[in-house]
Amino acid sequence: METLEPIIANHPFFAGLDGGFTNLMVGCASNVRFQAGDYIFKEGDPANTFYLIREGRVAVEVFAPQHKPIIVATLGVGEILGWSWLLPPYHWKNHAHAVEDTRAIALDGKCLRTKCEQNHDLGYEVLKRFARIIEQRLEATRLQLLDVYSARR
Amino acid sequence: MTMATTTTTDPMLPRPYLVRQVAKETPDIFTLTLEPENDPNGDMFLPGQFSMLWVFGVGELPISISGDPASPDRLVYTVRSVGQATHSLVSQRVGESVGVRGPFGAGWPAEVARNRDVIVVAGGIGLAPLRPLIYHVLGNRRDYKRLVVLYGARSPRELLYRKELASWARHHETQVLVTVDYGGLGWRGHVGVVTTLFKYARLQAPRSVAMICGPEIMMRFVARELEAQGLARDDIYLSMERNMKCGVGLCGHCQYEKHFVCKDGPVFRYEQVRSLLEKYEL
Amino acid sequence: MTAGHMLATGEATNPGVSQPAFRILDASQLQKLIDELLHRDYEVIGPTVRDGAIVYDRVGSVEDLPAGWTDEQEPGSYRLKHRRDQALFAYTVGPQSWKKYLHPAELRLWEAGREGGSFRILNNDTPPQRPYAFLAVRACELKAIALQDQVLLDESYRDPHYGQRRARAFTIAMQCTQAAATCFCASMGAGPRVGDGCDLVFTELLGQKGHRFVGKAESERGDELLSALETTPATEDDLRELEAALQTASQQARSVDTTGIKQLLFDNFEHPHWDKVAGRCLACAHCTLVCPTCFCTTVEDASDVTGDHAERWRRWDSCFTLSFSYIHGGSIRTSSKARYRQWMTHKLASWIDQFGTSGCVGCGRCITWCPVGIDITAEVRALREGGQHGNP
Repeated sequence: METLEPIIANHPFFAGLDGGFTNLMVGCASNVRFQAGDYIFKEGDPANTFYLIREGRVAVEVFAPQHKPIIVATLGVGEILGWSWLLPPYHWKNHAHAVEDTRAIALDGKCLRTKCEQNHDLGYEVLKRFARIIEQRLEATRLQLLDVYSARR
Repeated sequence: MTMATTTTTDPMLPRPYLVRQVAKETPDIFTLTLEPENDPNGDMFLPGQFSMLWVFGVGELPISISGDPASPDRLVYTVRSVGQATHSLVSQRVGESVGVRGPFGAGWPAEVARNRDVIVVAGGIGLAPLRPLIYHVLGNRRDYKRLVVLYGARSPRELLYRKELASWARHHETQVLVTVDYGGLGWRGHVGVVTTLFKYARLQAPRSVAMICGPEIMMRFVARELEAQGLARDDIYLSMERNMKCGVGLCGHCQYEKHFVCKDGPVFRYEQVRSLLEKYEL
Repeated sequence: MTAGHMLATGEATNPGVSQPAFRILDASQLQKLIDELLHRDYEVIGPTVRDGAIVYDRVGSVEDLPAGWTDEQEPGSYRLKHRRDQALFAYTVGPQSWKKYLHPAELRLWEAGREGGSFRILNNDTPPQRPYAFLAVRACELKAIALQDQVLLDESYRDPHYGQRRARAFTIAMQCTQAAATCFCASMGAGPRVGDGCDLVFTELLGQKGHRFVGKAESERGDELLSALETTPATEDDLRELEAALQTASQQARSVDTTGIKQLLFDNFEHPHWDKVAGRCLACAHCTLVCPTCFCTTVEDASDVTGDHAERWRRWDSCFTLSFSYIHGGSIRTSSKARYRQWMTHKLASWIDQFGTSGCVGCGRCITWCPVGIDITAEVRALREGGQHGNP
């Protein structure tokens, strides 16, 4: 069984954090698998875990009445899924749905949250990294909103 | 910039071309295949060049050539029906004729990409002016390293050349990634803007040359992102669009600061237009 | 002043002998000049008075010329005034320029006929045109013609219609002896001294020695024509009078400091001053119509009611129109601010990169004929000085 340590340690998201932190993460990490069609989490569920996708594809969905859930983004290999565990009220805001068979590393967000409250330096480093992800998603979402490919502007 | 020699006849005179096929790509996009009435050899053109297409008595439009440069006996154009002129163009029936002037313009600099990775980034109908380049690279496979096609469209229904996209992906050292802004039912592929595909392309900056075509906003963000990934500004190319009446640099309409898009472009190096893309109402 | 030191030898004119030195043509000989041109089958175009302005039109006789007229020009104002003498060319420039003839406002490019589902070009010959002889081309106008030559007779993309008219056009330049208030050709290096490119150059003198023209041939065919007229060699006094007249014309109230002007315009795209001029500009396109170097055209396709016959016409267009920059989805330059900025930047800056020189010859027409009197020289100054008003 492969260890998760090199995967976590080498992932760009964790670069620059000290070894102690990496060990902490490894201690709170586990391999998970989802089959195509499984829901990883649903809107409203308590958010205590985040995921590092190793294989497959996950769709972030918005549930709308009279519609099947609408996919607003897909995430693939190497991407981080989930930030709602970091900020109160710690509930998922969207559905996450495996589009293909997906393997991921699940990381204990609840544990990390507590450590961040105790150690603000660690908290700042973690928040910086998630802020970057949120920024990228926001920019991409804005571009999507512009509907640049439509005929009428 | 690369330029083909224009025909020796008056560039303001349209030549009659027979409509051989009108294929529907999406609800409002059609691909026309034309054949010259009077010249079996056809016209040499370079990927990225355009023609001025004329419908008798209606009007004329600049349309990028979308066919295979190795088969100049046919001229292929993918046209979106958005107004009177485009509508009449896509409504032509097989056997009728359309006037063609050109080819005009500076095309994709294939020679700059020799022995390097060719990264093609297309948005919406922007894939049409890039298709001749893709054909050229696939037809001269050994002259180029990896070919990566990153294509974003509005929704699955609006994807162009679906069968070809699949067949291109089967070529040696060729990667084709497709994404849509709105997924819809049954779509199990990527959803998100085309910049979200970059991480899967495994770009190696110094050995890559990128060619981008799509709406101006999309090209601006893509070029910026490519630069952030380490590509040099001289290794990123965009195809610009402006109003054109003559296609030969005499009517003045297509000016983009000091450039004439019809003859200095439509393909430009990112270095040439980087500061211009940010200027509102230039 | 190249030939100033060459004195006449008093010989009568002799056809066939080359005459590089300045000659004197008495005003009474001017009709003969026109007749000789008509005899050589030129269509003579010159200044005439019509509708309170100097306009270029066919000229058959000296009587058609604006004797005793001068003009007073200010931003947004043009008036013809009587002079006390009978000078023929004592105005500066009117609203039109020679592009009216060389690069006409309307031109049919070709016609086509339907043949089944196809078409055939029926006729793309330009109707045979008598060659033009332009009488009294100003230095700024001569320069403007040379600028349009660069644009329209480029190696790769040549306008054959312009080329044909241009090649056969005979130009007789007439140097200005005064400047209008709106002139600034001196600072643009386009006058008042006439440069290269004409067939004959004259300057009108009305001194004690009578109404005469001092000038010389600048080409073989100019030489040939001059030889057919009665001329006497110019004296040193004549040449001094010529220089004095040019000096007067060089005294211009307006000027443009062209130092680094290209970068000034390119670097000031977001200058707050553009909003100020935009508040005044009506986007009426007058400036582009009167400008002798503006060359933009559009093409229009038309068919008859049967739909079997189509024509393509070329017409003057202006970057001040909303549709000029239209692509599907909308126009790029929707505000008049953007359009004024485009025109001024193209004229003074982009032109330099495109064609190697400035596109402006300082004729001042855009200042005179702007209904709100926008002054391009003041606009340049405002950009340099950082946001101050141009003319109030």
